[in-house]
Amino acid sequence: MSATPLLQIKNLKVYYYVEQGAVKAVDDISFNMELGVKMGLVGESGSGKSTMALALMRMIKPPGKIVGGQMLLDGTDLIKLSEEQMRQIKLSRLAMIPQGAMNSLNPVMRIDKQLVDGMLDHNVIMTKEEREKRVGALLEMVDLAPKVAKMYPHELSGGMQQRVTVAQSISMEPDLIIADEPTSALDVVIQRQVMETINRLQQRLGLSVILIGHDMGLMAQTVDRLAVMYAGKLMEIGETRAMFRHPLHPYTELLIKSLPVLENKGVFSGIPGITPSLLNPPTGCVFHPRCPKAWDLCEKTTPPFTEVESGRWVACHLNTA
Amino acid sequence: MRIPLSYVLKRIGFLVAVLFTAATINFLIPKLAPRDPVTELINRKIASGGLTSEGAAEFGDSLRKLYGLDKPLWQQYLTYIWNMMRFDLGYSIVNYPQRVSDIIGQTVFWTLGFVATSTILAFLIGTVVGALVGWSKTSKWFSWLMPPLAMFSAIPAFILALVLIYFLAFKLKAFPLRGGFSATIEKDWSSTEFLLDVVHHAILPGLSMLLVSVGGWALGMRAMMVTVEGADYITFAEAKGLKGSRIFFSYALRNTLLPQVTALAMQLGLIVSGATLVETMFSYPGIGNRLGAAIAALDYPVIYGIVFFMVVGIAVATLFVDLLYPFLDPRISYSGG
Amino acid sequence: MQKSQGFKGFLKYVRRNPALGGGLVILLLLLLFSTVAGLFVPKEGAYPLSTTPKQPPSAEHPFGTDSVGRDLLPTLIYGTQMTLSIGLIAGCIGLGVGTVLGFMTGYFGGLFDTIIKFLVDVLMTIPSFLLLVTIASSVPNPEEMSILQMALILSLVAWVQPTRAIRAQVMSMRERAFVMMAKLSGMSGMEIIVKELMPNLLPYLAISLAGAVNGGVLGSLGLQTLGIGNLREPSLGMTIYWLRYYNAFLQGYWWWIIEPVIMIAAIFIAFLLISIGLDEFANPRTRRTV
Repeated sequence: MSATPLLQIKNLKVYYYVEQGAVKAVDDISFNMELGVKMGLVGESGSGKSTMALALMRMIKPPGKIVGGQMLLDGTDLIKLSEEQMRQIKLSRLAMIPQGAMNSLNPVMRIDKQLVDGMLDHNVIMTKEEREKRVGALLEMVDLAPKVAKMYPHELSGGMQQRVTVAQSISMEPDLIIADEPTSALDVVIQRQVMETINRLQQRLGLSVILIGHDMGLMAQTVDRLAVMYAGKLMEIGETRAMFRHPLHPYTELLIKSLPVLENKGVFSGIPGITPSLLNPPTGCVFHPRCPKAWDLCEKTTPPFTEVESGRWVACHLNTA
Repeated sequence: MRIPLSYVLKRIGFLVAVLFTAATINFLIPKLAPRDPVTELINRKIASGGLTSEGAAEFGDSLRKLYGLDKPLWQQYLTYIWNMMRFDLGYSIVNYPQRVSDIIGQTVFWTLGFVATSTILAFLIGTVVGALVGWSKTSKWFSWLMPPLAMFSAIPAFILALVLIYFLAFKLKAFPLRGGFSATIEKDWSSTEFLLDVVHHAILPGLSMLLVSVGGWALGMRAMMVTVEGADYITFAEAKGLKGSRIFFSYALRNTLLPQVTALAMQLGLIVSGATLVETMFSYPGIGNRLGAAIAALDYPVIYGIVFFMVVGIAVATLFVDLLYPFLDPRISYSGG
Repeated sequence: MQKSQGFKGFLKYVRRNPALGGGLVILLLLLLFSTVAGLFVPKEGAYPLSTTPKQPPSAEHPFGTDSVGRDLLPTLIYGTQMTLSIGLIAGCIGLGVGTVLGFMTGYFGGLFDTIIKFLVDVLMTIPSFLLLVTIASSVPNPEEMSILQMALILSLVAWVQPTRAIRAQVMSMRERAFVMMAKLSGMSGMEIIVKELMPNLLPYLAISLAGAVNGGVLGSLGLQTLGIGNLREPSLGMTIYWLRYYNAFLQGYWWWIIEPVIMIAAIFIAFLLISIGLDEFANPRTRRTV
C-alpha cells in the first residue's frame, strides 16, 4: 500500500431536494481506495450506489446536490474544482463505463468519431493517420474488428456497443474507471465476455476500477475489495475473500446467503422486508427494521463506521458494543 | 451514405399516389356538385350583353366540346388524368384563352420568393431559439422568449398580417400597403431600384409568415431538447468530459434534426395555405392571390389548376425531404422508412 | 396521470396547470360574450344599412360601425357565435369519425387499417385547406350556406388528424400490460376498447378535440376570407372579408380592423393554452408550461 491512497472519500453527502424534503441518497460516506485495486460497490436498487457513481463524476443534476464532504483524487478535492477543471479530469484521469449500453452511443455518429472526440476535447493533437491508428488500436484492445470504425451504433449488438464504450473510457488511460452496472443490460454470455475484457484491460493498463452492481456472485469473481451500501450508507468494506468467508454485518451476511448456490439450486433466500424510504430513514441503524439480529440499541443510536481490523470497516453495534 | 433503391421507389410510389388522389378529387368534385360552369358562364355573358340568347345554345355546345364535356364520364376521367400527367391544366374560363399553366408561371415566383425566405428564416431562428431554451446549461433568460413566440404561433398569419398592415404600413408608413412592386417604377428585373422595391414590398407578407411560424419551431425544438437531454448518450458524453459546445451541437442538436425536419415536411401544406391567405391580404401578385381572384370570379379551371399545382409542389418537396432523411439519421435507410 | 375527483378536484388541478386554466377561462369568456351578450343586443344590427355607417366607437355604438352600416357589436357577438359553432360542430364530427376509425384501425389492424392508414397519409400530404377550397367553391349557392353545411364541409377534412393521433395511441396501448390482462381474462375486443382503452385515452381525445375545433375555426375563417361561404350572415371570417373588400385600411377605420383581430386571436390563444395544458395533463413528466 502506498502512502496516499488514489481516492479518498470523506463524509460525502448527496441529497435530492424534493417537495417533501431531502432524500439522502448518499449520507456521510467515507472510504479510501488504493491504486490498481478493483473495488466493488454493491447494494439493492435505491441504495444510492448509482448516485455515488454520478457524484464521483460530479454529474449530480438538480434537484440533487453534493451537500458536503470531500472527494480527493490523488489529493485533489474534486468538489472544489471548477467546471472546466473537472471536465479536463474526466476521461483523462477519471472515466466512466455507462449503464445503458444500448443507448450510450450517439446514434447519428460513426464509431471512429466517437472514439476520438473525447481525446480531441482534452487537447490531444493527432494527425489523420494517428487518429486512424489510435482507433484501430482501441478497437483491438476491446476485441472488435477494424471495420467497426466506420459503422453506426445501430449496426452493432449490445455487447459490441458496450465494448465501444469501454474502449472510449480507456482511450486516455485514466487512473480510475467507474463502471456502473456495465453489463446489466446484456445477456449472461455477453456479460461474461465484456467483464473479461474489462478485467484484462484493468491488469494490462494498471487501472483502478470501481465496479457498481447488485450481483454478489459477479462481485465475488471480479473484485479485490468490496463495499456494501444500504439506504445511502456504507455498511461494510473489506477484502472480498475475507468478507465472504466471515461477514461482519448482518446485511452482508444476508446478501451472501441470498446467493443461489449450485448444490442447492432453487433455494433462493431473499431478504425479508423492503428498502427503507431515503426521505425518512429509520432512526438509529438504517438496517434495524429488517435486521434479524437487531436489539434495542440499534433503534436508538446510529452505529459508527469503524475500522475493526486493517482495511476492514463496518457499521454495526454487534462489532463495537 | 447510400440510399437503398427500394426506399427511393417506395417514396416515389407514394408521391404518385398523392398526385393521383389529388387529380381524382379535382375531377370528381365538380361532377358531384350539381353545378354547370358552362351555363353559369353563358348566363353571365348574356347578362353583360356579350351574347344573345340565340347564340347561347351554339356557344354552349362549342364550349362543351372544347372542354370534352360531351364525352362519357370514364373517357373524360382518363383524358383528365392524361392531361394532368402532361401538366396540361386547361384554359381559364374568365380570361379565355389564357392557359392555367401560364397563369401559374407568371405568379409562382412571387410566392416562392417570400414564402421560401420566411420559412427558412423562421425554421432556423425557431430551431436555434428552441434549442437554447430547452438546453438546461443555457441562461434562463432565453425562456422569456417563449411566451410571446408561442402566442404569435397560435394566430393565423393572415390575421397577424392585418395588424402589421395597420400599424407598420398605414400608421407608420414604413412599408407599402399592398402589391408586389410600386406602380411608379419601371418593371425591370435588372435594375437595383426595382429589386429593392420588390424586397420592400415582400417584407410585410414575409414577416407575417415568419412571426407566426418561429414560435412553432421553437416550441417543438424545446420539447425535443428536453427529451434528448435525458438520453443516455448525453450522460455518457458528459462523462467523457466533452466540451459543452460539442455536446450541444454534435450530440443534442444533431439528434433533434430528424424530427425537426420531419415536422417541416408536415408543415408545408399549412405554410402554403397560410401564404395563400396572406397574399390575399396584401393583394400580392403571387399564386395564392391569383387563386383568391379565381375563386371570386368562379373561374373553375384556374381554381382546380392552381390547387393541383400546389399539391404537386408540396408532394415533390415532401419527397425531397424523405430522400434527405437517410442523411440525417443513418437508422432510417435500414428500417426501410 | 392526475385523477381528479369531481369539480373540486378539477379546480385544484387547474391551479397547478395555469395554461389549461387560462385557456378555459378565455374560452368561457368568449362563449359568454357570444351567447349571454346576445340576449341584450338584437341581431338586426349585424346586417348592412341597419345604422349610420363609418362610426368610430361611441356610447351609442361601443364597437363602432362598418362602412355599410353594420353595428360591429352585434356583428362580433353573433359572428363569434357563428364561427365557434362551425368549429365546434366540425370538430365534434371530426373527432367522432376519427375516434371510430382510430380505434378500429389501431386495435384490429388488418386490410381496413392498411387502407385507412394509406388514405390518412395521402390526405396529410394534400393540404386540407386546399381541399376545402376545391370542395367549398364547388358547392351550389355558397352565399346561402348554413352553419351546418359549412361545418359538414369542414368535417370532410377534420377527421384526418384525430384518426392518425388516436390510431397511434391505441396501437401503443394495445401492447401494454393492462390490455393484455383484459385479453387474458376473456374480455372481447369491444369491451376492452370501451372499458380499458377509452378511459386511458381521454386526455388524448380531449387534445384531438381541441385540435379539430381549432382546425374547424381556422378553416372557416380562411374560406370566408377568400369569399367562399355565407357572406351575409355575421361571422368573424365574413367580417375580415368585408373589411378587406371595402379597404378599411385606406380609410383608417382602426376599430373595424382591430376588433375582429382581437376576437380571433383570443380564440386561437385559448385553444393553444388548452392544448398545452392538456398535453401537460397527459404527459406530466416530460412537458413544462410556457
